[in-house]
Amino acid sequence: MHFSAEMFRPLPREKKSTQEIVRPSTTYWQDAWRRLKKNPLAMAGLAFIIFLLLLATFGPMISPYSYSDQNLLNTFKGPSTKHWFGTDNLGRDVFTRVLYGARISLSIGIVASLVNFVIGVIYGGVAGYVGGKVDNVMMRIVDILYGIPFLLWVILLMVVIGPGLINIYIVLGVVYWLPMARIVRGQILSLKEQEYVLAAKTIGSSSRRILLRHLIPNTMGPIIVTMTLAIPEAIFTEAFLSFIGLGVSAPMASWGTLASEALSSLKSHPYLLFFPAAAICLTLFAFNFLGDGLRDALDPRMRK
Amino acid sequence: MTQYILRRIAVSLLVLWVIVTVTFFLMRIIPGGPFQGEKKLPPEIRKNIEERYKLNDPLLKQYGDYLTNLIHWDLGPSFKYKGQTVNDIIEKGFPISAALGGIAIMISLLVGIPAGIISALRQGRWPDYLAMFFSTIGISVPSFILATLLMYFISYKLHLLPSALWGSPKHVIMPAIALSGLPTAFIARLMRSSMLEVLGQDYIKTARAKGLPKIVIIYRHTIKNAIIPVVTYLGPLTAAILTGSFVVENIFAIPGLGKHFVTSIYNRDYTVIMGVTVFYSILLVTLNLLVDLAYAVIDPRIKLFEAKE
Repeated sequence: MHFSAEMFRPLPREKKSTQEIVRPSTTYWQDAWRRLKKNPLAMAGLAFIIFLLLLATFGPMISPYSYSDQNLLNTFKGPSTKHWFGTDNLGRDVFTRVLYGARISLSIGIVASLVNFVIGVIYGGVAGYVGGKVDNVMMRIVDILYGIPFLLWVILLMVVIGPGLINIYIVLGVVYWLPMARIVRGQILSLKEQEYVLAAKTIGSSSRRILLRHLIPNTMGPIIVTMTLAIPEAIFTEAFLSFIGLGVSAPMASWGTLASEALSSLKSHPYLLFFPAAAICLTLFAFNFLGDGLRDALDPRMRK
Repeated sequence: MTQYILRRIAVSLLVLWVIVTVTFFLMRIIPGGPFQGEKKLPPEIRKNIEERYKLNDPLLKQYGDYLTNLIHWDLGPSFKYKGQTVNDIIEKGFPISAALGGIAIMISLLVGIPAGIISALRQGRWPDYLAMFFSTIGISVPSFILATLLMYFISYKLHLLPSALWGSPKHVIMPAIALSGLPTAFIARLMRSSMLEVLGQDYIKTARAKGLPKIVIIYRHTIKNAIIPVVTYLGPLTAAILTGSFVVENIFAIPGLGKHFVTSIYNRDYTVIMGVTVFYSILLVTLNLLVDLAYAVIDPRIKLFEAKE
C-alpha cells in the first residue's frame, strides 16, 4: 500500500492540561525568607543586629561625649542619667566608648565577611572547578594552614605587624577565608557535574562565566550561612586580641580593650566590665542565632 | 592501612616543617629586631649581643641552625630573660597548663556528651530546648568574659572560691569551668545532631522491630555510632582549650604556659613566642594525627573508603 501526503490531515490541536501551576511559584529566596520569618530566635537576632548597626552609625553623633574626652574630676562614677554606663578611671563616658566599640566590632564583621566572600569563594571556586593537580595543590595549602588553630596564626601575624585596627583587618584577610574556601570547593565539586554546566559548556560559555554565573549563585545558600557564622568568630577574635593587648591602640576603645581595662578595678567597679561584656555576648548571640536560623532556612535538606 | 598511616605521618611532618619555616621567617622580618627598645644601646654592646645570639650570621645559616637545634629539642634562649631558655619556660609552664586543660577537657566531655544525648532523645521537648539554649549561650560567651564574671560573682560576691593563683584543688574549679564552657556547648550540639542522624537510620528501625529493649538500642546501636564525630572533634577541642588558656591563665594568674606565652607577647620576647608556637604546633599536629588514626580504627567505614581510593 502506498501512502501519500493527501491521506493525512492534521488534527485540530487539543487543549489539554496535564500539569497546571495553581499557585505563583516561590523562588528559593522567597521560600527561605518565609522559613526564616517563622524562627523567632533568628528574627530577634536579625532585629538586634539592625538595631546595633543603627546605634553604631548614629549613636556617636548624638552622644554629647567623645570616646577620648577625659574628665579627671569625674572618674569612676556609676551609671546615672548623665552617664548611662558610668565613667571609667579617666572620667571617660563608658556608653560612648561602648558605642565606638560597636563600630569597631561591626567593621571587623564586615571586613571578615568581605574577605570570606571575595577570597574564600574565588579560591574555593577555582580549586573545585579546575580540579585535578591545581585543586590538589590549592587544597594542600589550605590543609597546612589548618594544621594549627587560626588564633595562633592571628597572634603570630599580629606580633609581627604590630597592634592596630588596620592590622587586624589585614590579618583577618590573611586567615579567615579558609573554611569558606573548603565549603565552596566541596559544593562546586559536586555541582560541576550537573547537566546545566554541560549545557553552558556546549554553547561555548567561558569557564569564568560558568563559575560566576552558574556555579557560585547555586552555592549561595552555604556561602551565606558560612559568612554569617564567620562574623561572630571574627568579632570574638578582635575582642580576644584586644584583651591580650594585641588589638586596637589607646585611646580607641573596642569591647575587648574595655573588658580588659575593667579587670583591674573589677572588685570595686564591676559595671565597667558588665556593659562591654553584655555587648560582646549579645552581639555574638544574635549572629549565632541568625546563622543557625539561616542554615535551617537555606538548607533544602532540612525542609519538612 | 599501613600505607594510610605512613602517608598521614608524612603529611603531618610537612605541615610541621611549613609552620616552623613560616614562624622563623616571620620573626626575622619584624622591623627593628628584638634589641631596639626605647633605650639606645651603645654600639659595642649591641654588637656583642648580636654575636651572642648569632644575629649576624647569614639568614639561611640561622635557619639551618634553628632546624638542627629543633630536632635536638633545643628551642634556644629567651631574648628578655637572661639565663632562661625556651625549654625551661615550657618545662615549667606546660605541666600546669596540661593539668588544667586535661580537667577542662574531661568536664566538656562529661557534660557535653550526656547533654547532647538527652536533647536528641527528647527532641522538640523542653529538655532539648533547654540544652540547646544553654549551648548557644556557651558558644556566644567568650572564655575571658565567662572567667571574669565567675571571678566577680563566685569569689568577690559569694566568697566561695579563691579568685586567683594556683595550688589547691579549689583553685582549679573556676578556670576549668571558664575553659570548658565553649567546648562543652559545642560537643553538646555535635552529639545531638549526630544522635539524631543515627536515630533516623534503618538499622535502628530493625533493632526496634526485633523488639530489643530501648536501653540496648540507645547504648549499643545509637550512642556507639553517634560518638564518632565527637572523637574527631578532640583535635579542635584541644586547640580551643589551648587558645582559651592564653586569657584564662592570665585572668586567674595561673603560672602556666598560656600565661607565659601572653607575657612574651607583651614583652616582644621573640624566641619565646616562636618556640612556644612551634611547641603548640607539634602538640596539635601530633594529636590530630592520633585522632585520625584512632578514627580509622574505630570506624570500619573509613578503612573501606581509604581502600577504594
